[in-house]
Amino acid sequence: MWHDILLKVLKANQIRLVAYVPDRVLAPLISALAADDFFTVVSPSREEEAVGIVAGAWMGGTRGVVLMQTSGFATLPNVLASLAVPYQIPVLMVVSERGTLGEFNIGQAMVCRTMRPVLDCLGIENHTIARDDELQFIADKTIQQAFVTLAPACLILSPLLTNSRLKGETR
Amino acid sequence: MSAGESAPGNRASSKVMNRADLCKRLVARLKSDEAVIGGIGNTNFDLWAAGQRPQNFYMLGSMGLACPIALGVAMAQPHRRVIGIEGDGSILMQLGSLGTIAAQAQKNLIIVILDNGTYQITGGQPTLTSRGADIVAIARGAGLAQSAWACDEKDFEARIDIALTADGPWLIAVRTDDKPPTGQTERNPSRIRDRFMQGLGVIH
Repeated sequence: MWHDILLKVLKANQIRLVAYVPDRVLAPLISALAADDFFTVVSPSREEEAVGIVAGAWMGGTRGVVLMQTSGFATLPNVLASLAVPYQIPVLMVVSERGTLGEFNIGQAMVCRTMRPVLDCLGIENHTIARDDELQFIADKTIQQAFVTLAPACLILSPLLTNSRLKGETR
Repeated sequence: MSAGESAPGNRASSKVMNRADLCKRLVARLKSDEAVIGGIGNTNFDLWAAGQRPQNFYMLGSMGLACPIALGVAMAQPHRRVIGIEGDGSILMQLGSLGTIAAQAQKNLIIVILDNGTYQITGGQPTLTSRGADIVAIARGAGLAQSAWACDEKDFEARIDIALTADGPWLIAVRTDDKPPTGQTERNPSRIRDRFMQGLGVIH
């Protein structure tokens, strides 16, 4: 499953701190991370807060990741533009993509369209992962690049990757 | 002890003190290796003016995030005392962070709130604290039981001394005046970050 692969990649890259704002799609990943003693998992009230915690922890010597949903990412431009990018702090973000491929809420669909333009105009490396067989490579290499180049990065998990019903039908 | 942990004190009866003076008093009480995260604007301007230390981090944007950053540093380095300093306007933007800190029960974390009741740097518009919002009461409601007003300079110093040794998390709130800041930070983010990480012993 995608979440098993992602957990292994995070662990292999020594990412020990997880700050998440809840999301149904990410729920199995969050549960698996919380059940694993390797990880310290915190649940702040906002995505901005999560970025602050992960930024502080990295400056203190601990690598972290922020998990969120598309609409949560939309609350982040100020903190990315004023903290993560100019201070060269490699805040790793994992976003489960909502608002596309069958979205029923027009607000989610609209906010989804803001995500990639925001990432691109801030020059933040971002990759959309749609296939199990590309997940390990894209996630691992993106994380390595982020920490070596001291730059934030974002992994966008497409419904093509995370929708288990879809996968059941195609099996 | 007058700086006892249990009583919340009272904003209305707390002395209105000077931010630059309190920052100097705070820095003077530090032993050496404590990390200090200064919030945006006049807060970190007066922290800067109180004497630059490699263990200080000066936030130039990301209003409201001094406490979350301090929490992250404290989690990464549990043997180091970490102090986050925020203004009232800043903490009002990120009140949820008080609940996160309480839930995390981070023993080595100290939050200092400088409450002048205004958005001083943007022209002195009133904040909610000038209209009845009490940061200590909010913090206690969020689960930070060791939160209190410092009623004067001596009380502030006594509370800092306790917080530097006894288990936290702590929140110390002070009322401050509207005197202008006594300095300005440098404006090079990557240099600030680099020096801070050297100060924390993370890079050399």
